[in-house]
Amino acid sequence: MYDAGKIIVGIVIFLGAVAFPFWYNAGKAATPTPPKLEVGTTEKQCVESTAYMKSSHMQLLDQWRDEVVRNGKRLYVSSTGKTYEMSLQNTCTKCHSKKEQFCDRCHNYVDAAPKCWDCHVPPPEKKQTARSTN
Amino acid sequence: MNAWTSLFASLIAVIALVLVALFGVGAIGLDTLFGVVIPYIAIAVFVVGIIYRILEWAKVPVPFRIPTTCGQGKSLPWIKADNLESPYNTWGVIGRMALEVFLFRSLFRNTKAELREGPNVTYGSAKWLWLGGIAFHYAFLTIVLRHIRFFVEPIPSFVELLSSVDGFFQLLVPTVFLTDIALLAAATFLFLRRVFLPQLRYISLAADFFPLLLILGIAISGVLMRNVWKVDLLMVKQLAVGLFTLHPTVPAGISSIFYVHLFLVCVLLVYFPFSKLMHAGGVFLSPTRNTANVNRMERYVNPWNYPVKVHSYAEYEDDFREKMKEAGIPVDKE
Amino acid sequence: MELHNLSKPQDLMNIDLNKTPETPWMDTPVNFRDGTYIYPAAGKNLKRLGLPNPREWSPTDEDWKLPDNWKEIIMKGLKERLDKYRSFRLFMDICVRCGACMDKCHFFIGSGDPKNMPVLRAELLRSVYRNDFTTLGKMLGRFAGARELTVDVLKEWFYYFFQCTECRRCSVFCPYGIDTAEVTMIGRELLNLVGLNINWVMEPVANCYRFGNHLGIPPHGVKDMWEFMVDDIENITGINVNLPINKKGAEILFVTPSGDYFADPGTYTCMGYLMLFHEIGLDYTWSTYASEGGNFGLFTSHEMIKRLNAKIYAEAKRLGVKWILGGECGHMWRVIHQYMETMNGPADFLEAPVSPITGTKFENAKQSKMVHIMEFTADLIKHGKLKLDPSRNRKVRATYHDSCNPARAAGLLEEPRYVIQNVCEDFFEMPENTIREQTFCCGGGAGLGNDENLEMRMRGAFPRANALRHVQDKHDVNRLLCMCAIDRATLTALTHYWAPDVSVGGIHELVANALVMDGEQERTEDLRGEPLNEEEEE
Repeated sequence: MYDAGKIIVGIVIFLGAVAFPFWYNAGKAATPTPPKLEVGTTEKQCVESTAYMKSSHMQLLDQWRDEVVRNGKRLYVSSTGKTYEMSLQNTCTKCHSKKEQFCDRCHNYVDAAPKCWDCHVPPPEKKQTARSTN
Repeated sequence: MNAWTSLFASLIAVIALVLVALFGVGAIGLDTLFGVVIPYIAIAVFVVGIIYRILEWAKVPVPFRIPTTCGQGKSLPWIKADNLESPYNTWGVIGRMALEVFLFRSLFRNTKAELREGPNVTYGSAKWLWLGGIAFHYAFLTIVLRHIRFFVEPIPSFVELLSSVDGFFQLLVPTVFLTDIALLAAATFLFLRRVFLPQLRYISLAADFFPLLLILGIAISGVLMRNVWKVDLLMVKQLAVGLFTLHPTVPAGISSIFYVHLFLVCVLLVYFPFSKLMHAGGVFLSPTRNTANVNRMERYVNPWNYPVKVHSYAEYEDDFREKMKEAGIPVDKE
Repeated sequence: MELHNLSKPQDLMNIDLNKTPETPWMDTPVNFRDGTYIYPAAGKNLKRLGLPNPREWSPTDEDWKLPDNWKEIIMKGLKERLDKYRSFRLFMDICVRCGACMDKCHFFIGSGDPKNMPVLRAELLRSVYRNDFTTLGKMLGRFAGARELTVDVLKEWFYYFFQCTECRRCSVFCPYGIDTAEVTMIGRELLNLVGLNINWVMEPVANCYRFGNHLGIPPHGVKDMWEFMVDDIENITGINVNLPINKKGAEILFVTPSGDYFADPGTYTCMGYLMLFHEIGLDYTWSTYASEGGNFGLFTSHEMIKRLNAKIYAEAKRLGVKWILGGECGHMWRVIHQYMETMNGPADFLEAPVSPITGTKFENAKQSKMVHIMEFTADLIKHGKLKLDPSRNRKVRATYHDSCNPARAAGLLEEPRYVIQNVCEDFFEMPENTIREQTFCCGGGAGLGNDENLEMRMRGAFPRANALRHVQDKHDVNRLLCMCAIDRATLTALTHYWAPDVSVGGIHELVANALVMDGEQERTEDLRGEPLNEEEEE
């Protein structure tokens, strides 16, 4: 006795599961192009290098919060020696004023769920065009 | 070759694989090879390999119905039969297999025999192997499912839900996932018991240490990438979605730790179909578990059943006819 | 070897389960030490069965007189079986060596020899499989756990595959259900291909083939034995029970292991059957041709199972019975429950079994048409068809040993307990890790119950014996009940060595003691001829 039918069903389920990312993407017409981020400033340089900010901004912000809230320190000296006020609202969102087109687009893209806005007031939404985050 | 040699050979093999990825991407810039070519080959080998292995098993018949009965079989109507441990219908078999596959039922039975003065032998409860096994497998599964957030766009809500549950305690930034800890802990436990239990070490092969160390390597590189040597997730996802939309792109500048992680995963995928990891598919096919205990109730056909030489009654009577008649035993031929 | 030659139990068990040999198992050669291995099959037995390479040889010889192309034969045989048994192929592939089975084997617990861990027993064969049949094994050799088949490996197979009782306890604990019995069975088949087999298996097989029973007793001899029992029964009960032999047109053919009529304490069980069937007026017959329920083919090869088992259906057909009833036996029920119908069925010439006394349809046996005596008797008791006086067994303080095969291959757990509790007032279970599906082998199943192997048998018997000692100390248990003919023989040695003062017996012996028969004289003795009451002993 071979149980061929059951085994074939099992293989089909396995194939379906493994191929999930392929058929799901195909169904949603996904492309490998990541979302375009709109910074909302002409400033060329963030507090640290772009590469560092891209990968590690959450750790920097975490560190800022601890310094400010727990140690009462407010000034940050960057690796290039410049001094910044450690403040989400007064420093970060000054330049990064488009939360939806900047923060959210990327966070949604990789399913990151920051807790910033649980407490902080997001920058006022300035006539943002309702573009999808694609 | 003793277990220590196997252990060190496996360790060296995993370290070598890490170095290959570091060297290949970091020093000679083979991003496309490690980011596209090898992953595609790995996925292909994984899928084709597993199906090939399963078909290889499927080609072989199950000549006899040989369930290991672990409970009362179905007999008289007033005796309560145990359909899960000694299944008497398809639902029982499905239930038994589900318990086995999802809850590791048989492993849960585990005991530890110990010899004592007397001589006496005792059987203590020994659920650690079960716990380690179940933590390992479920953590691994959750982690794989969580990774779907990098593979597809938009992200299905069940994946988001899974991540938020997994990161429920919101420890540190980025949030520590419970399954990351569980996988590391369980794999370490499984590794250490293999190294330190003398009997287990004695039976261990390189083929036992290697996959554990490889998975530990994958988990450690993953955790490092998430929490220490951080990478640009936008680019990582761009690469992954590229693979899964068949438009491979290799964004420049993803750090090497990502390629180490990816390469180790690829090695695992390639290794899978040729190794003991095939127990994942094999558990479904095990005749001692997936056959029902209805042997006297329902016909079961062996496709290669063939006639054999038997000693017929006629031959038997020919041997003993006179004696039988003398003893008053009836015979067919006078 | 005899029991008094063995060292004392404490000394025998002076072992450490956690100690492993200095050398890796692949480099630790097998040591044929007296008392732990079994004598090879005599050439004449192989000749009688037409099996290959009949000769005289000894495992302690350097040269085992193998055929020149032995390796080719084994490899071809291995390939053939990998293509015929999914169980075997799968069990070669999917073991992860998690260690759950390590301390589940009675031979490991009793000997501490790591090659008696089920996982390593299977690895003995797996290593050869990997070397020749798997990609990684071919590429990486010993790194992948592969090794070449050599004469030394073959010797190791012989030693350890005849040191496994195919009891299936390990498969209860394996997360993938890997059953060492399957591996051992195939291992023994391969060994048989080049003439490596043991006499304790092949002689019964050869006898059973020609004479119909393991001991090679001709039909008139069998009849004599039964008649002796009928006389004994008459002495005890005053009733001359009927003894139908090879009776055509009977309703039921009764088949039981021949051990039941050739040696104590099996004979008492056999007397029990005779009394029970007489009392309920069963229209049945014994057979001299199918006078063996046991099937040592199970310990030889699948083909041999079929060759021996074929007699049961053939005899049922010849005699024109409606269905078949089977006696108390262990491995016999593995064969009848899991192999018979597939191998030698369908038995369309028979009818679905119905108890002529209670009218109960044995639904669970409607295809194979063969009912276990414990199902039959439990049904009789449940319907109140037997007049039982359990106080006649008052001297018996019983515990019950689940035989491996009825427990783990058929799930016959409650029927015997129900019967015991109806015929015996004092019944005590052994600890839960040692009964039911977790029951421990007697140490002598699968052809291992011989004298030359006595030390290893007693080692393998230790877990069972230790559980018995427990209830002996705690509840003064004095009778170890079982429903297996091999058990009745091997457990007797077990109790002598490990738990003196416990006797061994079958369940139908107690049934017959308690059975109040129509027109019987007042009983003063049990079936063993011992007085029913303590006082009368003095």
